[in-house]
Parts: sequence; C-alpha cells; structure tokens
Amino acid sequence: MTTMQKLLQLPVNAVNIVKTVQSQVQGQEEDKSPVLTPDSGQHSWYNALQPDELRHLRSGGTGGGGGGGGDQEERAPLEEGGGGGSSGGTFQTQPLRHDDLKEMLDSNKDSLKLEAMKRIVAMIARGKNASDLFPAVVKNVACKNIEVKKLVYVYLVRYAEEQQDLALLSISTFQRGLKDPNQLIRASALRVLSSIRVTIIVPIMMLAIKEAASDMSPYVRKTAAHAIPKLYSLDPEQKDQLIEVIEKLLADKTTLVAGSVVMAFEEVCPERIDLIHKNYRKLCNLLIDVEEWGQVVIINMLTRYARTQFLNPNINESLLEEGGGGEKTFYGSDEDEDEDEEEKEKKAEVAAMAKRKPYVMDPDHRLLLRNTKPLLQSRNAAVVMAVAQLYFHLAPKAEVGVIAKALVRLLRSHSEVQYVVLQNVATMTIKRRGMFEPYLKSFYIRSTDPTQIKVLKLEVLTNLANETNISTILREFQTYIKSMDKDFVAATIQAIGRCATNIGEVRDTCLNGLVQLLSNRDELVVAESVVVIKKLLQMQPEKHSDIIKHMAKLTDNIQVPMARASILWLIGEYCEHVPKIAPDVLRKMAKSFTNEEDIVKLQIINLAAKLYLTNSKQTKLLTQYVLNLAKYDQNYDIRDRARFIRQLIVPTEKSGALSKYAKKLFLALKPAPVLESPFKDRDHFQLGSLSHLLNAKAGGYQELPDWPEAAPDPSVRNVEVPEWTKCSSREKRKEKKVEKPFYSDSEGESGPTESADSESDSASGSESGSGSEESGSGSESEESEEGSESEEEEEEEEEKDKKKKKKELKKPVPETESEQSSEEEDRKIKRKSKQRKSDSESESDEDEESESESSQSESEDSESEIEVKKKKKTAEMKPPSKPVKKETKKEKKEMSLLDLDDFEPAPSPQVTPVNTFLSNSLVTDLEGLSLSDSVLSPATIAPSSVLKNYELLHRITGEGLSVEYCFSRQPFSPDANMVAVQMQFTNSATSDTKNLHMEDVKLQSGMRVKEFPEIELLSAGETAMAVMGIDFCDSTQAANFQLCTHTRKFFVSIQPPVGELMRPIFLTENEFKKEQEKLLQNLGQLMGMNEITEKLTLDAKCRNEHAIVQRVTTAANLSRVPCGSDKECSPPVPPPDHPVYRFAGRTVTSSSLVLVTVATKEEGAAQLTVNCEKMVIGTMLVKDILLALTQ
Amino acid sequence: MIHSLFLVNASGDIFLEKHWKSVVSRSVCDYFFEAQERATEPENVPPVIPTPHHYLISVLRHRIYFVAVIQSEVPPLFVIEFLHRVVDTFQDYFGVCTEAAIKDNVVVVYELLEEMLDNGFPLATESNILKELIKPPTILRTMVNTITGSTNVGEQLPTGQLSVVPWRRTGVKYTNNEAYFDVVEEIDAIIDKSGSTITAEIQGVIDACVKLTGMPDLTLSFMNPRLLDDVSFHPCVRFKRWEAERILSFIPPDGNFRLLSYHVSSQNLVAIPVYVKHNITFREGSSQGRFDLTLGPKQTMGKAVESVLVSSQLPRGVLNANLNPSQGTYTFDPVTKLLSWDVGKINPQKLPSLKGTMSLQAGASKPDENPTINIQFKIQQMAISGLKVNRLDMYGEKYKPFKGIKYMTKAGKFQRCVWIAGSDRYYTNRASLIIVTS
Repeated sequence: MTTMQKLLQLPVNAVNIVKTVQSQVQGQEEDKSPVLTPDSGQHSWYNALQPDELRHLRSGGTGGGGGGGGDQEERAPLEEGGGGGSSGGTFQTQPLRHDDLKEMLDSNKDSLKLEAMKRIVAMIARGKNASDLFPAVVKNVACKNIEVKKLVYVYLVRYAEEQQDLALLSISTFQRGLKDPNQLIRASALRVLSSIRVTIIVPIMMLAIKEAASDMSPYVRKTAAHAIPKLYSLDPEQKDQLIEVIEKLLADKTTLVAGSVVMAFEEVCPERIDLIHKNYRKLCNLLIDVEEWGQVVIINMLTRYARTQFLNPNINESLLEEGGGGEKTFYGSDEDEDEDEEEKEKKAEVAAMAKRKPYVMDPDHRLLLRNTKPLLQSRNAAVVMAVAQLYFHLAPKAEVGVIAKALVRLLRSHSEVQYVVLQNVATMTIKRRGMFEPYLKSFYIRSTDPTQIKVLKLEVLTNLANETNISTILREFQTYIKSMDKDFVAATIQAIGRCATNIGEVRDTCLNGLVQLLSNRDELVVAESVVVIKKLLQMQPEKHSDIIKHMAKLTDNIQVPMARASILWLIGEYCEHVPKIAPDVLRKMAKSFTNEEDIVKLQIINLAAKLYLTNSKQTKLLTQYVLNLAKYDQNYDIRDRARFIRQLIVPTEKSGALSKYAKKLFLALKPAPVLESPFKDRDHFQLGSLSHLLNAKAGGYQELPDWPEAAPDPSVRNVEVPEWTKCSSREKRKEKKVEKPFYSDSEGESGPTESADSESDSASGSESGSGSEESGSGSESEESEEGSESEEEEEEEEEKDKKKKKKELKKPVPETESEQSSEEEDRKIKRKSKQRKSDSESESDEDEESESESSQSESEDSESEIEVKKKKKTAEMKPPSKPVKKETKKEKKEMSLLDLDDFEPAPSPQVTPVNTFLSNSLVTDLEGLSLSDSVLSPATIAPSSVLKNYELLHRITGEGLSVEYCFSRQPFSPDANMVAVQMQFTNSATSDTKNLHMEDVKLQSGMRVKEFPEIELLSAGETAMAVMGIDFCDSTQAANFQLCTHTRKFFVSIQPPVGELMRPIFLTENEFKKEQEKLLQNLGQLMGMNEITEKLTLDAKCRNEHAIVQRVTTAANLSRVPCGSDKECSPPVPPPDHPVYRFAGRTVTSSSLVLVTVATKEEGAAQLTVNCEKMVIGTMLVKDILLALTQ
Repeated sequence: MIHSLFLVNASGDIFLEKHWKSVVSRSVCDYFFEAQERATEPENVPPVIPTPHHYLISVLRHRIYFVAVIQSEVPPLFVIEFLHRVVDTFQDYFGVCTEAAIKDNVVVVYELLEEMLDNGFPLATESNILKELIKPPTILRTMVNTITGSTNVGEQLPTGQLSVVPWRRTGVKYTNNEAYFDVVEEIDAIIDKSGSTITAEIQGVIDACVKLTGMPDLTLSFMNPRLLDDVSFHPCVRFKRWEAERILSFIPPDGNFRLLSYHVSSQNLVAIPVYVKHNITFREGSSQGRFDLTLGPKQTMGKAVESVLVSSQLPRGVLNANLNPSQGTYTFDPVTKLLSWDVGKINPQKLPSLKGTMSLQAGASKPDENPTINIQFKIQQMAISGLKVNRLDMYGEKYKPFKGIKYMTKAGKFQRCVWIAGSDRYYTNRASLIIVTS
C-alpha cells in the first residue's frame, strides 16, 4: 500500500461530519441522529448546511446590492474567467453561477470536482472572493482524490478564518490524520490544522503540537516546530506552554528540526536566551548540515547569543599593546585562586601569562566562528550575509577580513542582492576600511548598473578612498561625470566633495575639477557642483577668492534656485574677500528680486544684511530697497525675515540691545560642514537585518546586545550527552566530521583552552600530587590535547612552548596504545598514589581491594586487576533482585568472559569503585610518565561505556570542587519510583569545603527529587560519595538544582539517558509474548503506536550472543528473558537458526512495560522491536539500542 | 516571515496573490506602485519599501515584479533569495517564467507556493523534492490528464526530505546513465580609451546535468584548482573535502543543477578575446557625425568568436544613424537611441566593421555624453581562464556512466572608454563592452 493510498483512506465518512454539522447547526440533536450511510450522509449533510449556506448567500447579496457595485464588479470578470457560457454578469445570475460550481463539487466524479476546485483556486489566486462556496468545498476535505484534497486544503487555509463555524467541520479529519501511522500524513494533517486560523481550536492545536513534538519522526517534529509560531500568533496566551515545547524541540538532535525550531524560538520567545545554553554546541556542530534557510535563522540567533555570553574579542587589543596588566579575565583570576598557595612558582608563571595575554577566547566562541566559516561558500546569498554579519559583530579584528571575498562575490548576483549587500558593505567600510581595499575595483561602476546600485557603489568607493588610492578613484569619478544618468552624476559630484573634505591632499585638485564643471552645459551638474564647492570653500575661504569671483559671474546664468542661493550665501559670507564684486551682485539681485524663488530671496536678504554691516557706505540704499521689497512679499517667511533684519541692523532709537551684536550674529565664524557618510553609525543595527537596511527599527527587531563586562558562567553550556548519540546519520555524510564527533563535543565541555592547558601542565608535571587531584585534571588535559590538534591557529606563542614540553613527555607511547591501556594505567596510578598516601584511604579503595581478593584466579598483578574491573562492571549491570540473578546465572553458561562464580551481592551504592571515575583521557595524558611494561590485548579490556560517568560540575567551574555522577542501577531504597543517582564529590582545591548540599531544585511538573544528605566537611584532596534519588517521571527532562557549598552555589543539572529510566523485571518467554500481544491490542486507536520496529545491521564485533546482550543491557537497564529452551514454553519450539533475544523491564515511575526484542537474521542483519506504552520512551530507546548495536 | 506574495506585471496589474498567514489586502501594493512611478527605470524600484504596517520586498525578473509582504524583522536577503528561488522553480517547471505561463498554470503555481512556504518560512525549495511532490506539466501529461482525469500531484509522497540526502530523490532509474558538466565562464572587464585593461575578472560556473541511477557518489578533480579564487557550492558538495584536497566530492541531485560557481582572481592576467576599434566624431556646428567601429579577435587560441552582438547607447542629440555594416545587420531605435548590431561570427581574415554617418538635431550643440558599447559573444570549447577538469569518478554504484564535459566562454560586462572627436575638443567617453565567454 503506497503512502498515497493510505492518505486516500483517511477517515472520511460523512457520518462524523454530519454529526458535527448537526451539532453546529441544529443544536443538541446529535445523540438522536441516526447513523447514516455515507451515501445518504452526503445528502443530509447538504441539507443540514442549507440554512447556513443561504445566510452566506444572502450576506453576499446584500453586500452586492447595498454596499455598492464594487462587489458586483469584482465578480463580473470572475465569471468570464470561469469560462462557462452561462449568461451575463448581472447580480441575479451570481448564485446560479456558483451553483454550477457547487454542483460540480457535489458530483461523484472526481474529474468534475477537480475542475471545480481548479477554477476556485484560480479565483483565489486572482484575489476574487470565493468564500460563499465554503460549505460546498469543505466537505470535500475527505475526498479521495489527492489533488482535490490538496486544493481543498488551499481553500481551507485561505477562508477558514472567515468562516470559523464551518471550518470546524474539517477538524475531525485532521485529528484522525494526526494519528495516522504514516509520518507524512501526520505531518500534513498538523500543517493544515495549524494553518487554519480558528481560535476555537487552540486547545486542539496545542495538544496536537505537543504530541507531534515528541513524535518519532523528525519530519513531524519539524512540522510541529512550524506550527508553534502559527499558534502563537493566533493566541499569544499559550506562550508558556509553547516555550515548553520549544525547549523540548531545541534539544532535538536532527538537522531537520534545528532550523525550524530556532525560527519558532525567534518568533515566540527570543528573550529566553537561557534555553539556548544547553543546545549551543549542538547547534554549532549541526549547522553545516541544516538546510540553508534554517542556517540563516540559526546564525542570526547565535550572533545575538554570543553577544550576551562571550567577551569582546577586540576589547583588550590596546591592553595587549601596553603590555597587559589591565583587567584580568574571568579565567585568569580563577586560576590564580586555584593555584594560590599550592605552588608558588606555578602561580607566578600563570600570573605572568595572564598578564601577557589578558583576553582568552572562550572555546565556544571559537567553535561558533570555526563552524560558520565554511558557510561563506554557500550558494545562498542570505547564508553568506548571515555569516558575514556574524564575523563582523563577533570575530577578532584580524579575522573579519575573510568575509570580504564572499561579499564581493555576491556583487555578481541579482541586482536586488547587490543592493542589500552594498548597503551592508557601505556600513562595514566605515569601520573596517582595510578589509575591502583589495577589492576596490569590484566596486567600479558599470553603465549597465541601475542607478540605485551606482549610488551605493559610489558610497563604498568614497568610504574606501584614502591617500594612496584617491587618484585612481578620482579618475574613475571623472568618467562617471560624463554619464547620461543625471542623478548618478549629481551623486558623483557629492562623492567628490566628500573625498575632498576627507583627504586634504586632494582638496585643491577636487576643487579645480568641480570649478571646471561649472562650465558644464547641464544645469543640474552645475548646480550640484556649486553646492559642493560652497561646502568645500567653507573650509578654507581665504585661498579661493578667485573661485568665488568666478561663481559670482555664474549668477547671470544659473537658474537652479539651490545653486543661486548657495552662491549668494558664499558671497555674503566671504564678502570681505571679494569687496568689489559683492555689492554689484547685490545690485543685480535687487533688480531681479521679485522674480526669484523663496530660498534665493532669503539669501538676498542675508547678503544685503551682511554687506550692510561690512560695507554700509556702498550698500545702505540697496539694502533698504531690498528690505522694502521683502516687506511686501507674498511669503510671510520673507516678510518676517525682512522685519527681523531691519530691526537688527538699522540703528533707530527704539532698537534694542541686540543691534550692538548684529555683527557678531551675522558674521560669526561658521564651522565647516562635516560631510559624513549616511552609513555612519548604522552598525548599531545588526548587519544584514531589515532594520539596518532601512536605518529604522523594524517591528520585531531584536537589539544586538552590547558585550558583557565579564563573561557569564560558561559551564551553562555543558551538556551531559552520551557521545554516541551525537553522531546522527546526516553527519556521516561529511566524512571529516564523523572522524571526530566526540571531539567537537567534548571540546567545549569546560573552560577555556588556555587555562585548562596550564592546569593540566601543572598536574602532569607534579607526579607527587594526590591521586584525586590528578583525576580532576584528567578531563582537562584531554581537552588541551584536542586544542592542540584543531585549534592551533588560535594558540598564542607562549602556549606553544608549553605544549611542546608536554608533547615531549608523551612521546614515548604512541597514540593508539593509549586507548587500550588507559584503564589499566588508571589503576596503576591510583595504586601508586594509594601507596604514597596511605593515610587517606577512601571507602571505595577498600572495596576495590576486597573485590580483588575475591577473585583469586589470577596471580599476575595487573591482569587480576583488570579481571576485577570487569567483574565489577558486570556486577553493576546486574541488579541484585532475585529472579534476575537467577536469570543471569543462566546466561553465564554462554558468556565465557563473564565468569560469575564468585558473584558477590551487589555492593551498596556507597562503595562503587573510584577508579571508574577516572576518565581514560587522564591516561593519555600521563602515559609518558607511567610504565607501560605490560601491554594488553584489546580484547581483554571490557568496554568502558558500561556504567557511564557523567560530569556534573567541572573542576574549573566548581573552583576546585568537581562532581561526577552515574546511574548506579540500584533500587533507591527510600522511594522505589526514583532512579538512584550516585554522586562523587572530589575536592581538589586547597581549602576545605563545608556544608555541601542541594538547594533550589527546579523540576518539570511531576518530577521529584530526594536530596542527598548534606556533606558536612570535605577537606582538601578528599573524595566523598552520596546517593540521591530522582523521579524523572519517565521523561528525559533534566533535573536542575543548585549545588551549594558554604561559599558558593553552582547551577547543575542531571539528565538521564532513556535507558536509565527503567528497571529490569523477570519474565518468561511466554509471559513476554503475552504482554507483547496485550500491548499491541490494547488502546485500539493507537494501534501500532506502541510498537516500533527498526531493521539494522549488527556491528561486526557484535554478532555473538554475549555481545548483543551486553550491549543492550548497557544501553538500557533491562534484564534478559530466557529463551526457547524453557519448559514453560507450551508447544515446544525447535531451536531457531537465528536466535531471538528478548529483554524486559518496567519504567521506574509508571511501571509501564518495556519489551525489547532483537531478532537476528543472516549475515548480521537483525530486527529490533521495542514495545512500550510510552511512545516517546520507546522511540528514544530504539534509537539508543540501535546505536549500541551498530557501532 | 513572508506574509503574502503578489505578482505584478509590467503594466502594473496584480495578476496573482497568495497569502500564507492572514490575508493582506492588495491595496498594500499601492505603496509599491508609488515607488514604481517615482523610479525612472523599472530596475530602479527599491527592493525594500517600508509602508506604515508592512514592508514590501520585491524582485524583478522577466518583467514581473514578485512583491513579498512582510510584517516584521527578517533579513532582506532571506526574502530576496527566496523570491529568486521561486522564479527559478517556475522557470524549471514551465520553461519560461512569463505572465502567460503563470496564468496558464495557476493551479500548479499555487500548489508549488503552498509547498515552498509554510507559515512564511521556506519548507521545500529543492527542485528534486518539489518535482516529486508536484510533477511538472508537459504536453504529454496535460493530454493524458485531460483524457484520464489524473493529476499533476505525485502519487507517492516524497521521501527526499526524510532521507540522508535531502536534495536527491530516491529510486532514480535511467537506462542511459549520463553525467554532463558545462564549464561556463564570463569575462567582466573595463577597458580604458587607450585600450588598456582597468579591471578584468572571470566568473565561472559549472552547471551539471546528471542522470544517474541510484545513489552515485561523484568526485570531480581539476588539473589546476589553484585558479579558483573564490567558490560557492551547491549544498551537496562536501566543504571539508574541498578544503583539504581541492576535490569536489558530492552526491548529485537528479537532473540539472548548478554545482559550483567560482571566481578567478583579478590578479591572474586575463586574456581578452576581442578588441574594438572605434572612431566616433561630431563636428561643431554641423549636423553630421561620423561613426566607425571595427571588431577583431584576440587571443582566442584558434577558437571562433561567435554570436557577437554589439549594442551602444548613442547620445540623445543623435536623430538618426545611417550606417553600413560589413556583415550582419544593425538597428537603430530613434526613440531610445539604442544602436544594436548583430555581427554573428568574427572572421579573422575579414574583420567586421560598421561605418557611416549620424545625423544630429539641426542647430543643437555637440553632445557631450558618452555612448556605451556592450559586446556579447560566445566562444565554444574554451574556458578563458584555462581551467581544466582532470577526471570524474563515481563510487557507490556499479554501472559505468557516460561522462561529458563542455567548455564555453561568454562575455560578461566589459567597459571601454571611447573617444568622441569633435572639431575642436575631445571628450573622453566611456563605453561598456560586455563580453561573455562560454
């Protein structure tokens, strides 16, 4: 059955619709109405609609008759468009006409329906009103023909808002579509449902969105993300609930969803920047695989985010030049505290380093810059622009240059693209001129450019002009002046003027050039030149009296008022430089006064006044004459001005005190105008935004925040995600990425590269340090190594020296070995430290020893230890409940590696060994120091992923206190519905930590936490354990709380992998099958929802029973169901060729069954089936187990 | 994001509207028409027009304005780029993107727009996916549809959006497996009046037509990848591989697509394949002017320069031109003053020339504007930058595809300063020659 066919079989029958209709239209008869056959259903449906429909027709009619011919006229062409030969366009025929369409819609033939729908859509496309057809159209929502259906959707989305009551008829169809097993149908149902803007269905939409947000199909989740802003715009009161959904979707790991959910985030809650923290690194890493439109949205959002979270990379440039000293970065100071009394040499070194380099870029900041850079190569101009603005706003000065080339490339695109890009380039060139200078020629203007592009290019060229390139630019400008495009010529003249003011060397040349233009035949050119010359002369008038004279002559010819006014102003202002000409100009002007434009008249009055003050002998009478003329002018501005000036300059008895100051008033030295680019200071708008383009705040614009003074806590971005979930299938496409998905993840896990580096340096340098201290630094040293691999460019010189040293230390052991021997060495180091520091033996150590005693099979030291380790792990995997134990014993026969003869009762939570907390990366760091005498084959090492440790609080952020946790898989005794979380606190600071406890627990509704008992004292170098219980309510939501010491509080959160949300139960195979069946049958409408099947190919290493069982039980806390041979199995089944493995468990909170079946087939093929009432859990579990089995 | 879309034709009629959110009255376009009136040329309408409640962002393609209505902050390029993508899709579907084509296919257009945007946010813009959703109309299909009443809507829902390779449709099958690549280069040059080059740049694109069965993984390598100064890729190309090895590695979309566009830096010397000799004079006081233009090939490595088209905007004072071409035909429009000369192929033995007189308005003074000259041409089988494809390999499928590579050089934008000689004074003029190499 194709998907399409499924779609066709959507719940269609008219029964439901009729019911709804009747409840809508006729009231409460619903219960009594007989169940109709589909055939008669249609009929009665039509009847039921009749009254309503008539109402619509009537309303249309009155509109047409009373409201004016508008309606009528609108419909007339529509009829022609319809093409039918039906009679004329009068109002009476209108209903008839539509009756025609209605008839077609009611017919049984799909082709007729389709034809009708096509005509209706054509009407909609032309903007004609087709709303009165609503009742006839809406019932076809259930039509089997896919194209009719689609067109009905189009119609619905367009008119549902206007006809809310009738639109409700379609809802049930969509609701059913939401439950369809086909993801595409679910998605399309949600899409249309959320698109019809009917307020009454808000709760339904909300429900649908919530459900879809946890759908197993990423495509449906994407649709849910799209639906969020739709619902929000319909009913903003849903915001809080929607934010919850957004938060959930933000955590989604597929590229398909990322772009859409960030878009929803931007529309609904852009202020909730805190939601981004946990997803920041994931978004950065996924970015390159997100579809292009999503990339734009994400990059713009991350720009804003980075502005709030990181320090300005350019702020310390000046400090650096001075030799540092100034402010210390967050990390620098942090470090000082850490090292303070411990090792003074180190401290001095660190302090010196901090002084030399006061700014350290947050690795997350670097991550963003690095991951966006390749997108400059995108074919999509919007993506390129988004990256460019990100670099402009966030990158250190030295790195911004990379965007220039890409932006210049966009200049060869469509003219609209050029227009936008040039606007942004113009803004950038003001701040960062050097960036675009090499591309000067790309901004040369071509005669084929549209004027608006030409003007913008001129702007850029002007901004780029400096002493060295001004001559070429001016030569270029000269050719532009010859252009036929007069607006452009005017702009060029202004540009020349600006170049002349900015660059002193060329002022005279420009001025001469402009003066030559005064003889141009085009008046516009001349006028523009005059205006510009006026501005230039203001800067150094004394030198240029001959130019002024020349211009005075021009008054005879130039007619453009603005130019005349400018000349008059110039002469007036500098009449002292042209004492002979000025009065003559005034004489001429007085003669033509009445015929001048107003601005010219005003300037004549000004000129007269100024001349009167400087040269009253010659001009007194002229001035009087001009003032008299002005007194009777039609324009009151001019009359006012004349009165005012007469009072001011002509001495009378009554004239006030002001006339004394007339000279000062009129002949004050005026500051030269500053010719500025209109793009100056536009960069306070985020570049590339609409607001920037318009230079005005557009609705919904999010202000780009200023850099913070001190960086907020970077640990908020730490995420506890099992590394294998990171590697999504899409990432595999980029081969490079697959190579180190782990790195990109762990890289950001904590503080800055530099500080971590020095930290680990000190740790590895001091072998005598306590064990716990080393374990603390382990995870960092891994990062610093990572840094050396991929972030070389950003490392400063001093760092490199240090690194060299460190590398030398490591050299003796090759890289590949480190992974294998890591754990072993872990223990060795542990033991060494134990021997040295025998006084501080922790409980866990004792436990380890007791266990190693219990395994007496091996004599050789190191090997026995490994054995112990493995056993411990299996022990931890196996819960102690009795039936399960029996079960594991059965398995044991096949599992040669898991020798459980000496299986001890599981240790209490408090005594889980410490060495599992040592990350293997420590060993990679220390391998140079340790004795790698016994090299072990990789096979003997158990996978390190068993019982994973997660970091809760990193040592750096915790100021010496580090906390790790694991899910111990023990039942939590105080409350069986809680998941036990075992935490290990290590105090690697030099001072004691007191009163360790939890506070301010923030949980999703329904979740509960049992806090761990307060730890009174954790002295320096000590390690302590505690167990807490969390009821996660069967969700993977994180539990957030504060970890408090006597001095500080840390925000931390614990997020469980789905496999930890269950506890194993014992089932026989028969029971298992029964339960499985029950699950399948129960909740009929959800058929198929609680079974998820996935085909897979088993990893090569994972084809034997042991490996499969181990991997599944590692991924999830389940127990194995004994297979086939069991006696309970009533009809004896012959042992299958391809074994089937079954696992069972219950979720911790709601005790829902979780059944997992792995059926193997030929050549490593297998089928994984998960049955669980809780769909979300089932979906996530499938993913996790799938990964565990295939990798 | 995008609220509504209006399509406006050259005469200012709205002939299609589509709303993705609530309906915006078409009267909002009045602001657009106002701006259109203010602009002297059609292409001078500002792409972004603010109105009291909305913002209009428009693009002009094929003499149709695509006016998007938006209500709040959005990167303008985002909208512009999307509108261009819409036009490209129409072109892809209907062959041309004209008012008539859109009106004829209004239902398909509507279905396309419905799929491309959801709530104003782009949903499916990859042509491969769209073609799975909505089959493009062909003559055959139209006939079949009218007879059988079947439809353009795909019977299968597309899987592309769900797959690992979202730009490629699944289950592609061909009997002849072929992959063609066209390397097309354009020269942009500005040449001053003495004939020396001010700037010259080469823009190139590699267009591909790939019809391969299954999920082929291709790699394309160049002999001289260092030539490529700046590149932009189709999303299918793996960035990292390019950065590390300068190899294009990709799983291609099905059908036609633009794999790569590149820029050859201006640092490299660009050999300009044609030259122009011109002599345009006006005598003061006389109503006659002389016009003399000769074209010649230069550095074409023996390849013929074809489809040469010269056009020039003569000064406004010119009333008419009476010219005599040595080959081809010329037209002069006395209203727009546009002279265009269809030269055809340049024969190196007998250089094409256009000579004659221009008549000026009697008594009018000598024009001081500069005519611009645009030249278009094509050269087959040559990439002017010298870029060469080394090899094309296919992985992931077993059959042997047929591979073809074609080079072409076209004129882009090419400017040249022209002398106009008068009786007593010379004006330096600038013309633009457009040279296209394909």
